[in-house]
Amino acid sequence: MRTPAHLLWIYRAYVLIFFLYLVAPLVAAGAFAFNDSLFPSLPWQGFTLAWFFSPVEPKLGLFHDERLLRGLGNSVHNGLIVAALSVAAGTANAFLFVRKDFPFKALLYILMVVPLVIPGVILGISILVFASMIANFADQEFGLFLTWLRPGIPLVVLGQFSFLTTITSLVIAARLQKFDVALEEAALNLGASGLRVLMTITFPFLLPALFSAFVVAFLVSFENFNTTLMLVGSDAPLTVTMYDRMVKVGSTPVLNAVSVVLMLGSGLLALLSVVVQRERSPSS
Amino acid sequence: MGRDAGRLSLILLLAPFALWIGLLILLPQIGIGYVSLREKVGFNRYEYGFGNYAAFFGEPIYRNTLLRTAWISVLVTVLALILGFPVAYYIAKMARERSRAALFLMCLIPLWVSDLVRAYGWIVLLRETGVISTTLVSMGLIAEPVEMLYNDVTVVIGLVYTVILFMIVPLVSTLQGMDDALLEAGYNLGGSRFTVFRRIVVPYAMPGIVSGCIITFMLAAGSYLTPILLGGKNSSWFTEQIYNQFITRYNWEAGATFGVLLLGFTSLVVWAGLKLTGQSLATTVAKE
Repeated sequence: MRTPAHLLWIYRAYVLIFFLYLVAPLVAAGAFAFNDSLFPSLPWQGFTLAWFFSPVEPKLGLFHDERLLRGLGNSVHNGLIVAALSVAAGTANAFLFVRKDFPFKALLYILMVVPLVIPGVILGISILVFASMIANFADQEFGLFLTWLRPGIPLVVLGQFSFLTTITSLVIAARLQKFDVALEEAALNLGASGLRVLMTITFPFLLPALFSAFVVAFLVSFENFNTTLMLVGSDAPLTVTMYDRMVKVGSTPVLNAVSVVLMLGSGLLALLSVVVQRERSPSS
Repeated sequence: MGRDAGRLSLILLLAPFALWIGLLILLPQIGIGYVSLREKVGFNRYEYGFGNYAAFFGEPIYRNTLLRTAWISVLVTVLALILGFPVAYYIAKMARERSRAALFLMCLIPLWVSDLVRAYGWIVLLRETGVISTTLVSMGLIAEPVEMLYNDVTVVIGLVYTVILFMIVPLVSTLQGMDDALLEAGYNLGGSRFTVFRRIVVPYAMPGIVSGCIITFMLAAGSYLTPILLGGKNSSWFTEQIYNQFITRYNWEAGATFGVLLLGFTSLVVWAGLKLTGQSLATTVAKE
């Protein structure tokens, strides 16, 4: 049945409006970083890069704002650690669920997926409570001060790791499932050791998935707010620093500058991961 | 030797999984369950019972916050489905091959932008001195600037914005698998556009609809930034209560009780959704 032309145009207009709705807040957040004004609002006062590079108040630029820079540093630091840990654990989980058979496999698989459907706030408070219970117990029974179990970077890393591992496991398992086991068997028959097969055949095949799992984990860790907020100590990552600034100081264009940097950074990383996926695996 | 090596590698692979799920998921959940059951009666002295839960249900403010969060989350889920379905259908079925990939990627871009930036973008657009209000005034459509933040409509718009991509992505991937011949057959048999949609498209897209709705609902009910930044101080959102009890008031017993209730409530909704539609959690969430 042919759709009448005017209906089709209405439909297209709807889709167009929808995409405008999608980009509107992002454009607004980005554009006002370049407005030469003390407030992120109209009228347009002319183009400036002061909110990035100016070293003096009142337009202290992002790259001279020590607290924001420290937040950025903390975010990168946490993101790299969390991504590395969750890719390592995700790889183990992928091999476990794709290659091995064991009792209660279906049940354990559901347990692996569960962290994705627990709200981030709950993951945060439950890990906070549990860590404090252990720390209090160690303090009372043995007189040990386990400071890493109090809010701070180690707990933030653990909190983000707890749900990112599900994502990395799923990404890596999907790739491992496509692997033809006959390739490994052939190599073993030709006399290669198990480790050699893993390093020269299986691992190179998995590499694109490992890379994109790493990028995804890094990005999600970088942007995470809910879980992090519950576990954060004095070393706040960028999202928490920015939120603090928003609530206490109100919105200033330097926050728009932060938004621009965040959008550019995550856009480039996401693009990179798409490109690597395409290049490495033309067949799949 | 082969069998022993197999066992060893199984144990080695199982160990990180067990540590992860055990120490970071299961035991902490049991931990908040435990804390929610105790009441402080003195310094380092506790009594155990359901007092915290009784206190929660006895206090209308808390009760209403949970109901309000639930009802807005359901509304957001329904709106995301209604608004997102046509877009997903367009991407999957109407767009040409080339523009399809581009449109799909465009859908994913906001996904990579932090919630915080998105909410901040809405603030810049909607507040009293914001872009929309100023533009309307300068166009002479309204006499004075209006404050569009801090009301429920804005919270719903912002939440739909935050979650709608998680609705569209599963819908697109399900709809892409649908053979156009099914639609033609429906029309040839005399079905109207509406009948074909109701009897063929919707049943086919059901797995996508279910997984989209579950993820959307979870994200909406568990969201923190959007309701607080767009709804202001009086947004009375449930996660905000949890944060207040834990961090501001340092009342962990009450906070843990709220946490258990939120988790119980969202799990109940997810479980009911899966049961009603006959889907399983593993296939629904793990597809992406």
